Amino acid sequence: MSSSGRRTQPGLLAARILLWSGALAPALWLGAGFFTGWLGVNPIEKLTRVTGLTALIVLLVTLAVSPARRLTGWNPIIKLRRPLGLFAFFYAFLHFGIWMVLDLGFQLAWVWEDIVERPYITVGFSAFLLLIPLAITSTRGWIRRLGKRWSTVHKLAYVATGLALVHFYWLVKADIRLPVILATIFGLLMASRVSRWWSRRHRRRERSSESTRTAPASS
Amino acid sequence: MIIRIKKPSDVASSEITPHGVYLNRRSFLKASAKSAAAAALAPSALLACSGESDAAEASGTAVGDGVVATPTQEIPPRFQGMTSELDEPLNSWEEITTYNNFYEFGTAKSDPSQNSGDFRPRPWSVAIEGHVNNPGEYHLEDLLAFPQEDRVYRLRCVEAWSMVIPWRGFPLRELINRVEPTGNARYLEFTTVVRPEQMPGQRRPILDWPYIEGLRMDEAMHPLTLLSTGVYGVDLPNQNGAPLRLVVPWKYGFKGIKSIVKIRFVEEMPVNTWQAQNSNEYGFFANVNPEVDHPRWSQARERRIGEFRRRETLMFNGYAEEVASMYEGMDLSRWI
Repeated sequence: MSSSGRRTQPGLLAARILLWSGALAPALWLGAGFFTGWLGVNPIEKLTRVTGLTALIVLLVTLAVSPARRLTGWNPIIKLRRPLGLFAFFYAFLHFGIWMVLDLGFQLAWVWEDIVERPYITVGFSAFLLLIPLAITSTRGWIRRLGKRWSTVHKLAYVATGLALVHFYWLVKADIRLPVILATIFGLLMASRVSRWWSRRHRRRERSSESTRTAPASS
Repeated sequence: MIIRIKKPSDVASSEITPHGVYLNRRSFLKASAKSAAAAALAPSALLACSGESDAAEASGTAVGDGVVATPTQEIPPRFQGMTSELDEPLNSWEEITTYNNFYEFGTAKSDPSQNSGDFRPRPWSVAIEGHVNNPGEYHLEDLLAFPQEDRVYRLRCVEAWSMVIPWRGFPLRELINRVEPTGNARYLEFTTVVRPEQMPGQRRPILDWPYIEGLRMDEAMHPLTLLSTGVYGVDLPNQNGAPLRLVVPWKYGFKGIKSIVKIRFVEEMPVNTWQAQNSNEYGFFANVNPEVDHPRWSQARERRIGEFRRRETLMFNGYAEEVASMYEGMDLSRWI
């Protein structure tokens, strides 16, 4: 981990341990289950579902980091955002790979047909594609190189999460509870961003209008 | 026990078991089990063999007891080596009884086997209503009195997975002949039991309960159409639709309505539950058709449970020879 050498806050260390064990647990469980039969009689379906759901949940947890920081005022939490985002990508990659290799047997014609003809796969695939540049540009070097543009680029995470939610909602046959719950959480996380952006803009306007009012008087 | 080996196109006689034989069915079954065990199984065609399963015999249960005698082996001895008419091996007991779509017990595949322990499939009766000469309540025992046969059928789910299942049951036409439909009866409407206290999935409006399914009269009278009372020679486990379910092997699995309490003979085409839920995606006929995709996924291929590679889906699930003539002249891309 990055902060070796410097003093690590015990709280942050605990959070990191929690993050790594929590994020690795589904993969370890699936890996063990694949060989022991815990995954039931249709293991490929189970692998696909669990990796997809985990990717979506970890994406939402990643998007919760900034609002949590504002809410708690605990700044070190921001250090969890990159590993979380990379775990989300890791599960999305597994999800995509299992579907393409195990489910469709690497028949690229079938893969392409599904991507083009099945809207829920089109949006799911798009979400995965959007996550690729985010994973690539998550390194220190890229953060430095992109400067201010980095945070703009990484707003793609909102789009990717939205598409992933549509993907999930569209594949469900009747029981829409889980996708609706996750979409609600996403809505709240986005609402916190919008309200912050709104209040900031409002404050900036007030400040600028104050300064225009006061400017002639003072000169 | 009547031992019959018949071709799918054979017309079954609607013979009725004499009441005395019916009352003595347990001793009768036990006595015949030995001879049945010696009977050679038909290597081809849809099997119509007989004899209580070894598991049931070993535990002293009989047809209709409602005691699901879980086999000690994944493929009980009497069924080992048995295949479908296309030489496909049977799916195992575990596969058939732990991977189910039965939303009355929950929407996950494992929910029905995990949440159906409180369900009581005895006593049971089926209400026969509508345009028939002999309406009324038919007790399960009356239905179990029809000669019970084993039939190996492919089950193709609309979700693009499939299994090969040795059902036990009797042709629906036997019951239809008994209740004598009138000329106005053009369709059959089936209804599943509503028992939210025993069926946790029914406590939420995931679907519009009760579950409804329907068949056209010719489909219902087709010799392949089965009212199933068991699987692998033992009574149906709750998660498979105990004590009585429909099996229509050339249609997607959701047509196989489970835990049936009512059959109405009607003039108008019934609106089945999934059609009511989403008419763009599910129709009345729901014939397995690799050329007509579900709006959200392909129906060209399927995963046979237990297999790694997908296999091609067959027209009418491989029963085209027997059933295609019923749909001649119909636009199958429209009548989904």
